[in-house]
Amino acid sequence: MTMAQKVLARHCGETAVVPGQLVVTEVDLVVMADSVFYKAADRLPEDLKRVSHPERVAVLPDHAVPAPNVKAALAHKRAREHTDRLGFRWLADVGRGGIEHQVIIENKLALPGQLVASNDSHTPSAGVLNCAARGLGMADIVQLVCTGKTYYKVSPAVKFRLTGELPFGSYAKDIFLHLAQRFGSQEGHDIEFEGPGLATLSLDSRATLSTMCTELNANFVMFPADKLIMDYVSTVTDRRIEPVTADPDAEYDAVYDVDLGEVRTGVALPDALNKNVQPVGAVAGQKIRIDQAFVGSCANGKLADLQIAASVVQDRKVADHVRFIVTPASQAVYLEALKRGYVQALIEAGAVVTNSTCGACSGGHMGVLGPGEVCITSSTRNYKGRMGSPEARIYMGSSATVAASAVAGFITDPAPYLENARNLENVGTGIEAGA
Amino acid sequence: MTSTAAIAPLTGRAWVFPQDYINTDAMMPRAGYDLPPKEQNSLVLNSIRPGWADLVQPGDVLVAGRNFGTGSSRPAPTLLLRLGITALVAESVAEIFLRNCVSYALPVLECPGCLAMTTEGDTVTVDMESGTFSNVTTGVSRTGPVLPLMLRQTIAAGGAYAMLRAEGYM
Repeated sequence: MTMAQKVLARHCGETAVVPGQLVVTEVDLVVMADSVFYKAADRLPEDLKRVSHPERVAVLPDHAVPAPNVKAALAHKRAREHTDRLGFRWLADVGRGGIEHQVIIENKLALPGQLVASNDSHTPSAGVLNCAARGLGMADIVQLVCTGKTYYKVSPAVKFRLTGELPFGSYAKDIFLHLAQRFGSQEGHDIEFEGPGLATLSLDSRATLSTMCTELNANFVMFPADKLIMDYVSTVTDRRIEPVTADPDAEYDAVYDVDLGEVRTGVALPDALNKNVQPVGAVAGQKIRIDQAFVGSCANGKLADLQIAASVVQDRKVADHVRFIVTPASQAVYLEALKRGYVQALIEAGAVVTNSTCGACSGGHMGVLGPGEVCITSSTRNYKGRMGSPEARIYMGSSATVAASAVAGFITDPAPYLENARNLENVGTGIEAGA
Repeated sequence: MTSTAAIAPLTGRAWVFPQDYINTDAMMPRAGYDLPPKEQNSLVLNSIRPGWADLVQPGDVLVAGRNFGTGSSRPAPTLLLRLGITALVAESVAEIFLRNCVSYALPVLECPGCLAMTTEGDTVTVDMESGTFSNVTTGVSRTGPVLPLMLRQTIAAGGAYAMLRAEGYM
């Protein structure tokens, strides 16, 4: 069995599961975002009477915080009321939390070997911690919260075997863009990562990959519980940690070898990611003028992203016609970036650093695009209309590419802007709660 | 989860969206969240096919390409239902979207080859219990994998919320 199959088998009490099998199981953690609590027929019903295992359920407003309108304010109010009434765990309110997927990692809410569900599609992010995590629909989540159980169709898997080391100037987002261009959609499959190249990637970098594998249309995404991960979770003493490894004879529909040394700076063109990526040089040559540059989201609002963005804009200015919006993945990331001077460097260059929220990435607030505008983003999606008007065009690149483009005023190769980035400290081992 | 009701075969006029990887942002754009239902309806797949939503009649069937409904977990099937779409048949359906179809009770059939046998406007029938997609106009049928019984029962019961209500959770 693969890692995810083992997690499912362990949870549903079977000795083995096979692809295609439907299993019904309890999970270790359910996280509900504010989106579940909007007052609408397809969200959490007002008259919910009883739930199973409320101690396994955590609630975190993140998609639209602070509330940009009355509907969102009401959703947050309902979230708090239902949490109090039904005995869920309230993770953090505005100013003290952040985007769910980052908060899960920072607070070690998910652990190796666990099964984790949330209503958000980027839930596979937590797979970086060797747990099987994925997004379900909101009604599924409500059913899971009520009955204590949900179902999964066991998936076949593909494996990315990483070797080598990223060249200077390429980042985890570029690895994703490389995978999206070379291998494309992996729909219907779980994804596993392995190989010696992993040891060269920080926790943040790996989490960028686990999050972005949602965009390869993956189901579960699993990383091994290597020394980095086991050291990271070693501070957890109140819960059992039962990491999972793939069997030596586990079957994969494909094993893809990826030499990180071959990864170059990439840019995804608007409207799709898979098979829609070009080398930065090909895009930069077109002198595509931008209106907005965005660094943020669960995938790339991490401390390492703010670090490289700050380093790129240090002693430079954001182009007059560009809005450079930076949204940390959590308030802890924000605070640490502030202490380290990244926020100051960004603001001095003319960027705005917002509070942590899904915000511009989900097109909700704090960076919505108008008709005809062009944006380059390091967030999760470049779908048509994703960040606002369907007539806007969204390109995707690494946070370094986004920051360099913000300065240049058009999509550009970050290489000439990386002179301050040669000796950056490795800050990508994660922000730990309470650290 | 004890319902034994079956889903009756559904017959309607086919709308064909042959593009692969149509995402839920295209069905349920964020820009429509704060609009009245009628205005939100008009945005469904509007960026792909402007004005389409206004043409849908109750009982119509949507025929789509590969990995239909990819991306965000937002409950986009509810908007297809609100337009009057009675069933979805696709070359394949994205995992979360398929779950949402089940939980919000939109009959959904994965049927490889469905696009090639359907011209828009054909009369088609979807039989969830046998996994059969039939083109009444041309007489051609194909069978896809039958949705597991537990999921068909959820659809037959009217979706996850109807089941929870029947089971006393609300």
